Parts: sequence; C-alpha cells; structure tokens
Amino acid sequence: MQRRSLVKILLATPFVSSLFKSAAVFANWNIEAFTKTSEKEALESFFPDREILESDAISIDVHDLIENGAVVPVKIKTELNAVSGISLLVERNPNPLIAHFDLSPECRPFVATRIKIGVPSDIIAVVESEGKLYSRRKFVEVVEGGCG
Amino acid sequence: MASGIRIRTSHRQGVTTVRAIIKHPMDTGYERDPETGFAIPMYYIEELVCRHNDKVIMRCDWSRAVSKNPYLSFQFDGAVPGDMVSISWRDSKGLRESARIAIK
Repeated sequence: MQRRSLVKILLATPFVSSLFKSAAVFANWNIEAFTKTSEKEALESFFPDREILESDAISIDVHDLIENGAVVPVKIKTELNAVSGISLLVERNPNPLIAHFDLSPECRPFVATRIKIGVPSDIIAVVESEGKLYSRRKFVEVVEGGCG
Repeated sequence: MASGIRIRTSHRQGVTTVRAIIKHPMDTGYERDPETGFAIPMYYIEELVCRHNDKVIMRCDWSRAVSKNPYLSFQFDGAVPGDMVSISWRDSKGLRESARIAIK
C-alpha cells in the first residue's frame, strides 16, 4: 500500500509525469527489424506484407568511392508527394537496416546523416509516399570499412 | 554532462533547416579497447525525437551503424523565427538527453 501511494505522489509531480510522457514517445524501436541479417529479412520485418516499387524520384546523395567507411555522409531527397517516412539500409552491413525517419506532414522530403559502411555495398533508400513504398539503390565502393 | 547536442537552424522562405550534432560513442560492439584488449559493448542511440515548439515533427529510429557523434539534418515548414526546436534522444542503456534552441 505504501509503495502504491508513493507511485501516486510521484506521478502527480510534474517532473516525473513528464518523464512518463517522453517514455510514451520513445516506445517504438523495432528490435526485430534492426537485428535482421539480410536486406530482404530486414525489409520484410520492418514493412510486413508491403510491396516496394523501385522509383527514380528518390535521390541518394553519397560519394561513389568511400575512403573511410566509419563516417559516410548520406542525403536522401525525393520528389514524391506526402512523404511520411524515409528508411536507409546498407545491403552488406551485418544488420542492413541502418535508420528510419518518421516525417510529419510539415517536413520536407529530405534527411541527411552520416553512417558506417563495412564493405562495398548497395545503399538502399525506402520512401513512404501517399501510403505506398518506393525504393532506390546505389552502389558505393569502400576502401576502409567502418564497422570496427 | 553539459549538453552533448548542438543544434543549428536556418530559416529561409518559410523553410526551417535543422542541423544537429549529438555527442555519443555509437559503439558497434565490434571494436576493442586499445589498452585493455577487451571488446567494447555495443552502445548507441536507438530513438530520437525532434519537436517544433511542443509538436513532434520527426522521429528517428537508429541502429549502431549511424556514425559516432551522429549528424542529422532535416527541413520543415510552418515555423517562424523565435519558435523552439528541440531534440531528445534515448540510447540503448536507457539514458536520455534533450536540448532546444530558438529558430533564428
């Protein structure tokens, strides 16, 4: 009983309840998809039963020849409409799913980040537009791998 | 730790560009400590949330293959100078950090 009332007091304090609020936002990390070891399995796990069409309307801005695979700048842009998500995969990394970005309607269809690439590989961008999935891939050569 | 999140914004023709660098080791689990020879356990940011004022405008799910001291840039509409942009992350040990700045 004492413990329960302590929880009630804690939840009533603004600081602790704001922690719980942020916990609710942080709840979606898809451990299964992120630990898959092939591109196909990762895509099937992250986008179950979804068709993915290839599209030239996506651009993957990355150097063709990577000196240092530990820090590879990548920019994804697209002309597709109503983009609600951008995902980034590296086919031959130990776990191909690298990052996913959920975009609200206010966001422009663009993200830039830096990733690690272990060996020469295709980079795959998957874009969700008007509820459908589109992808594009680009091969990059890697001189020194960046997975440690 | 003082804030390990550096956020910069620029605002042009109604579009706000956010650029952030976050201090984090993003350990893959494959590397060894050069002094002890022991493997460094994997340790990385899993989730990151960006807000415009109080509204979530972007969420990121990351793996350990995002580079050390992650860089993130994105763009959004509908903000005016003086509005707030915030970034919060949670890593694989459950640690969290947030930072916010006013759009210039």
